[in-house]
Amino acid sequence: MNLGTRKILDNSFTAVGMGSIVVMALALLVVLTPIVYNGVGAVFFTGTIEHRTMLYKEYGRGDSKTIEAQSATADRYRGEAYRMLSGFEAEMEGMTPEASREYRSKYAPVRAAMSSLLGPLPGDPQPMLTRFQYGQTRWEKAEEKLHDILYEKKWDYSDPTVMAKEFYVPRAEAFAGTKLAPLFGYVDKHLADMMQPQFTFYWGFFTDRSLDAHIFGGIWPEIQGTFFLAIGAMLFAFPLGVIAAVYFTEYAKEGFFTSILRSANSTLAGVPSIVFGLFGLAFFINTMKVSESKSVLAGSLTLAIMILPTIIRAAEEAILSVPKTYKEASLGLGSTKWNTIATVILPAALPGIITGGIISLGRAAGETAPIIFTAAVSVGSAIGIADVFSSPTPALSWNIYNLASEHEMASEIRHVQYGMVLSLVSIVLLLNLSAILLRAKISQKLKG
Amino acid sequence: MQMTAEHKESKATGPATATRDIYIPSERVAVSGGGTPHVVAKDFSIYYGDFEAVKKVNAEILSKYVTAIIGPSGCGKSTFLRAINRMNDLIPSCHTSGILQFDGEDIYGKLTDEVLLRKKIGMVFQKPNPFPKSIFDNIAYGPRLHGMTDKKQLEEIVERSLRKAALWDEVSDRLERNALGLSGGQQQRLCVARTLAVEPEILLLDEPTSALDPKATAKIEDLIQELRGSYTIMIVTHNMQQASRVSDYTMFFYEGVLVEYAQTAQLFTNPKDRMTEDYITGRFS
Ligand SMILES: Nc1ncnc2c1ncn2[C@@H]1O[C@H](COP(=O)(O)OP(=O)(O)O)[C@@H](O)[C@H]1O
Ligand SMILES: [Mg+2]
Repeated sequence: MNLGTRKILDNSFTAVGMGSIVVMALALLVVLTPIVYNGVGAVFFTGTIEHRTMLYKEYGRGDSKTIEAQSATADRYRGEAYRMLSGFEAEMEGMTPEASREYRSKYAPVRAAMSSLLGPLPGDPQPMLTRFQYGQTRWEKAEEKLHDILYEKKWDYSDPTVMAKEFYVPRAEAFAGTKLAPLFGYVDKHLADMMQPQFTFYWGFFTDRSLDAHIFGGIWPEIQGTFFLAIGAMLFAFPLGVIAAVYFTEYAKEGFFTSILRSANSTLAGVPSIVFGLFGLAFFINTMKVSESKSVLAGSLTLAIMILPTIIRAAEEAILSVPKTYKEASLGLGSTKWNTIATVILPAALPGIITGGIISLGRAAGETAPIIFTAAVSVGSAIGIADVFSSPTPALSWNIYNLASEHEMASEIRHVQYGMVLSLVSIVLLLNLSAILLRAKISQKLKG
Repeated sequence: MQMTAEHKESKATGPATATRDIYIPSERVAVSGGGTPHVVAKDFSIYYGDFEAVKKVNAEILSKYVTAIIGPSGCGKSTFLRAINRMNDLIPSCHTSGILQFDGEDIYGKLTDEVLLRKKIGMVFQKPNPFPKSIFDNIAYGPRLHGMTDKKQLEEIVERSLRKAALWDEVSDRLERNALGLSGGQQQRLCVARTLAVEPEILLLDEPTSALDPKATAKIEDLIQELRGSYTIMIVTHNMQQASRVSDYTMFFYEGVLVEYAQTAQLFTNPKDRMTEDYITGRFS
C-alpha cells in the first residue's frame, strides 16, 4: 500500500474512532442531563408552606415560630378565597333547582382543585389519607393546580379524521355574574401569598421514611434496602468467587470436569437476570425455604448467584496476572502452596479482585429482575438489620419501576422517581469510582 | 564417554555405587568442614513428557564448595538445578527417573516433604523476583513462614541476612520501603538475603547475574566468594569467565548429558573431553 493511501486510511480511521466516542459522550449527556436536573429537583426545589407544615407535623422538623407566622399570613389570603367559595355555595342554595344543578356540576371540579392546592377546605372532615391532609408542597405543582382552577380542559372532536385535541377554556366565563367570579382573578394574583414559596433544601429526601406511598417524605427505606441487598450479595459471592477462582487457577487439573465447570461459569454470566429472579424464587424460597416468602436474605442469595460468575472471572484474571516468579520465590523459600496463595498471590492480585468485586457490587445494587420475586416490596418502611432473614425490603431499582408505572399517582411524584434514579446512578458511579481509586492506591503500594 | 574418578568418600553413596560410574572431582580444594557428598545423582534423568532433557546423570556435589554448571543454552542446566529443590514440580509434564539424594535422603522419595526440602535448599532465580512488599517483609517472609513471630529475633535475622548478602549498608535506613524500588543488582542481593534468612544448607543460583550490569555482577560474584565455605553453592552460568572466577568445581552439560565434571582450574586449563575443550575455547555454541 502506498504512503498516500495509508495516510488517508489512518486519518479516516482516527476520524471514525473519534466520532464514535463523541456520539457516546453525547448519548451519555442526553441520558444523564434530565436525570441529574430532575433528580436534583427532589432535594433542591421551591417549597410551599404546605411542605414546611408537613415536615413539622410529620417529622418534627423546622422552626415552629416561623412556620406559624408564615401560616398565619397564608391563611389570611386563603380566608378571602374560602369566603368566596362559601359565599357562592350559599348563593347556589337560593337558585332555581335547574340553575343550581347546572352550577354545582361546574363548581365541583373548582372546589376539588382548590382543595388539592390548599389542603382540606374549611368544613371538610379531616381526610384519612396523609396525601389529602396537605395542599401542594412544591411550587411548580401549585402552579399546575392553579391552571386546573383557572381553566377547564375540553376536547375538540370537530375533525373526525384525527385524534381529538385538548384545549382550555377559562372557567371564569362560566361563573360570570356569580359570587365565585372574582375567585379566579384572586387566586391567580395571590397564589404566592397563599402558598409562601421559598427555596428549600430538603436533605431529608435521602434519610426520611416515605409517607403515604412516597407522596411525601424521603427514600431512606429504598436506599437502605439497596445497600442491604447488595452488601448481602457480596458477603456470599465475594468469598465464594475468590475461592472458586483460586481453585480454577491453582488447583484444578485441566480436564473434562474442569472445562465443564469453566463453560458453566461462562454460560452463567450470560443468563438474563430475570431467570435468576425466577430461580431464586423457586430454589431459595420454595425449595430451600430460607424464608417464608420474600426476604432480604433470599434476594441477596439470588443476586449473589447472578454476580458470582463475574467475580470468579475477574479474580481469575487477577490471579493469572500475578508474575509466576512470585510463586517460585515463595515456594523456593519453603512455603506451602496454600501459604503462597494466601501471602503472596492473593495480595498481589488484590487490586484486580477488588475491582471486580466492587463493579459486581454496583451491578447487584442496580439489578431489578432478580429481586422482584425474592426480596422487593413496593412500599415499606426501613427494616432493622435483624429482620433481613425474614423481611422483604423496598429497594431503589424496583421502586423506580414501581413508582413510575404502577403507582396510582405516578405523574404527581415524578420528582421522587427522578430522585431515586439519581440516587441509584450516583451509588453505582460512586462504587465504580471507589473501585478505580482503591485499585490505584493498592497498585501504587505494590509498586513501591 | 563417561569416566571414573577416584572416590574417597564411597560410604556416602553406598555399596551399590560400585557398579556405577560416579563423577566426582578428582582433586579437592581445601575448604574447612566441606567436601562430603551433599547431593548425589545416580542414573538421574529428567523428562518433559517424553523428552529426556537431562540424561542419566551420575555425580556427587560436594558440600561447602561452589560448583558451577556450564553448557550451551538448552542443554538442561536449569532443569537439573531446579530438580534439586523440586522446583520442577510446578511443571505438570515434568517427571524423573533414577536417584537424586540430598544428605543421603531421596529427593523424589514418596515420603519426602518438598516444602521442608526447599527450606534447606534455597534458590535464587535468573530475574530478581522480590515480593511487592517492604525490604524487611521480604527478608522476614521465610522466617515468619516457618513460625518466627518475635519482632526482636526477626530484626536480628533481617540484619544478619542483609549483612551476609552485602546489602545492609545500602538499605539499613529504608527497610520499610518497597523492595521493588531497589536497583536490579540490589534486588538480586535482596533475593540472596531472603534465601539466606531461612538458613538453607544449599544455595542454588540460576544465572543470577544475567539480568545485571557488570558492576552489580561483580558484587554478586564477591558475595558468592563470601558465602563459599558456609554453604554448598551451585551456580548455573553461561559466562565461562564467571564460572572460572567463582567456582571450585565445574560441570559441563551438553544436550542433557553431563560430559565432564572436574575441578574448575583443571576443566578450563586441561579438559579431558574434546567437546568440553571445543566449548570452552568457543569453537561451538
Ligand atoms: N517447561 C518445559 N516444557 C518442555 N520442555 C522444556 C521446558 N523447560 C525446558 N524445556 C526443554 O528442556 C531442555 C533444557 O532446558 P533448560 O534446562 O531450560 O536449559 P538451559 O537452562 O540449559 O538453557 C530444552 O530443550 C528446553 O527446550
Ligand atoms: Mg536456563
